[in-house]
Amino acid sequence: MRPFLFILSAMVLMSLAFWAYRENYATQAALKDVSKLNREIADLREALSQQRAEWAYLNRPSRLRDLVALNFDALGLLPLDPGQFAPVDQVAFPLPPIAAPELGTPIDTVGEFENDGEGHIENVPNDGTKTSEDPL
Amino acid sequence: MIRTPLRPLARVLQAREKGENPDHIERENIRLRAEDTRARALNRAEGRLLLLGAAFFTAFAVVGIRMGTLAASVPEEPRSAATGTEISGRRADITDRNGRILATNFSTFSLYAQPKQMVDPKHVATQLATLFPDMNAEDLERRFTDGRSFMWLRKKLSPEQMQSVHDIGDPGLLFGPRDMRLYPNGKLAAHVLGGASFGAEGVHSAEVIGTAGVERAMDARLRDPAQAATPLALSIDLTVQSTMAEVLEAGMVMMNAKGAAGVLLDVHTGEIISMVSLPDFDPNDRPTPLLQGDPGDSPLFNRSLQGVYELGSTAKIFAAAQAMELGLVNPNSMVDANAPMRWGKHKIGEFEGKNYGPLLSVTDVIVKSSNVGTAHLALQIGGERQQAFFKSLGLFDPVPIELTEAPGAGPLIPKRWADIVTITTSYGHGMSVSPMHLASAYAAIANDGVLLPPTLLKRDTIPQGTRVMSQQTAAASASMLRQVVTRGTASFGEVEGYEVGGKTGTADKVKKGGGYDKGKNINTFASIFPASDPQYVLVVTLDEASENTGPKPRRTAGWTTVPVAAEVIRRTAPLLGLRPKIDYPPLNAVSAPKP
Repeated sequence: MRPFLFILSAMVLMSLAFWAYRENYATQAALKDVSKLNREIADLREALSQQRAEWAYLNRPSRLRDLVALNFDALGLLPLDPGQFAPVDQVAFPLPPIAAPELGTPIDTVGEFENDGEGHIENVPNDGTKTSEDPL
Repeated sequence: MIRTPLRPLARVLQAREKGENPDHIERENIRLRAEDTRARALNRAEGRLLLLGAAFFTAFAVVGIRMGTLAASVPEEPRSAATGTEISGRRADITDRNGRILATNFSTFSLYAQPKQMVDPKHVATQLATLFPDMNAEDLERRFTDGRSFMWLRKKLSPEQMQSVHDIGDPGLLFGPRDMRLYPNGKLAAHVLGGASFGAEGVHSAEVIGTAGVERAMDARLRDPAQAATPLALSIDLTVQSTMAEVLEAGMVMMNAKGAAGVLLDVHTGEIISMVSLPDFDPNDRPTPLLQGDPGDSPLFNRSLQGVYELGSTAKIFAAAQAMELGLVNPNSMVDANAPMRWGKHKIGEFEGKNYGPLLSVTDVIVKSSNVGTAHLALQIGGERQQAFFKSLGLFDPVPIELTEAPGAGPLIPKRWADIVTITTSYGHGMSVSPMHLASAYAAIANDGVLLPPTLLKRDTIPQGTRVMSQQTAAASASMLRQVVTRGTASFGEVEGYEVGGKTGTADKVKKGGGYDKGKNINTFASIFPASDPQYVLVVTLDEASENTGPKPRRTAGWTTVPVAAEVIRRTAPLLGLRPKIDYPPLNAVSAPKP
């Protein structure tokens, strides 16, 4: 019994040592990864602020004003003016669509009267089919 | 332990037989006993010393080993520590009220030289002199060869310049990373922002410090690493600021003025929406201050804050408001306005020797801008109450805004407050304040009589403010200001739909030696709009303006400043989201859109 316990504890010790060894390297790899990511974040931040500065520079009011003047033919932009305010009921909203009947099968608007000799007058459409039953 | 008797009987008897003195035996035994005790004490003390020594050795050994490991190991940041709090060494950005960038940082490089590592100093010197026109080849070569081991060449380099210096290819030329302050909008809001420069400089970095304006006044906040990521939001609106600068610049040229200033204030919050001073400068390349001559002629001079001039007639509304507040008059009371008025040896007249008298209502005193009428109001008020009122409006102290120039730009106030001073200050002479003071005081009238401290920072919570006049007085004063525009001296100030109310002020400049300079004047228009429910205060000042289209130059504010201010309101009010109050024709009326 005793040798068995002895071997078992030795094996547990060895496996723990192996686990600790692996954990150590995994931690170091994770730390390396973190610092790499941090560097990347810092670089991206730097680039972001650079681009923000560039955006602000390209959108400076004096440049926009010059661009508006240069492209007046195409854009026709003018400074905001008090006359551009108006009450809502002066706005020409699009009219609601006109309620038109749905277009389905064509309806004949031209017909002819036909006397069948017995005093019945039938309305015969152009295509020759009778719309009323023959009384005979 | 077996105790040995001092006089053992056997040995005593033996000794007596031999005829010896038995006392010797006792002495001998006492000696042995003492020796024994001493040996034991020695032993114990030795043991204790050893223990103590071991303890000290361990302690020192631990310290020594720790020091040794610290000294021998490679320095390394604690990587496993939490990186939640972001610390940046950069200066915080400055934005306008809508988050548009006014000042930010830009990475660039500085250029320095280590002449001892230089291969060919002569070649480097000539090459650098061709790259940078302000450098002198001989001078550089002399400094490269005089034995120094380090010298700065350039604080900031553009990427193109850096590439050109790289192309020289000398190992003695080196670059150090730099964070430089960039103002992407150029001259816009230059006086508000001020500027920045380098403080302590090292090869690897340099600190950026503010030199003027907000940059300097808020330097501690901008440099605080904990707040570096949150930009400092100003109350300035970039679009309005740009529009106002554009209009004022055009107005300055049209009215032949040498300078212009404008302040636009939100009356309900005390925020400065726009602050313009012309001529201006580029904060990216801040000019050096003038060493001689009048500092007021330098573009660095902030006319809207540091331009301390006599108010002119814009101050009259304060006398009228105070007289109404004290219950001395109401807007329709008649006051003596018979010009010229004599006070001691002084004669007080009206503009161009007119006489609006003998009696004028208080409203008409303001509408016609009567000096005599205001003087009589001021005399009814009395000097002490007048001073107290001016002080409550903040006209006696520097404006408390976040600019480094603000505390130095105090008003000029006469030391003795005689009756004649009471009279002259009531119509704006003898006391000098800045357009910013005037805007802040007018904002109190516009804000139902509550004075708010003006600010350049975006306000989230509105401070309590101090009541300087009743709501009725404020409303009556606003209505008077409106009538100045509808039927008074500021008729050019009418902007359809915005109910502009305001007061003109024309003051001659004070000469250096004393007295007034007749040909040089400061024209001011202080306005509130819309007068029925005031939202904004605009103060526009033109320096030495004259309108020359007529047979003789017109120098009054009504002809020069008022049209410019009206154009500012017409352009900026829509940007501020103010709807014009226009009576639209009813929908069923026949109307055609204008082509």
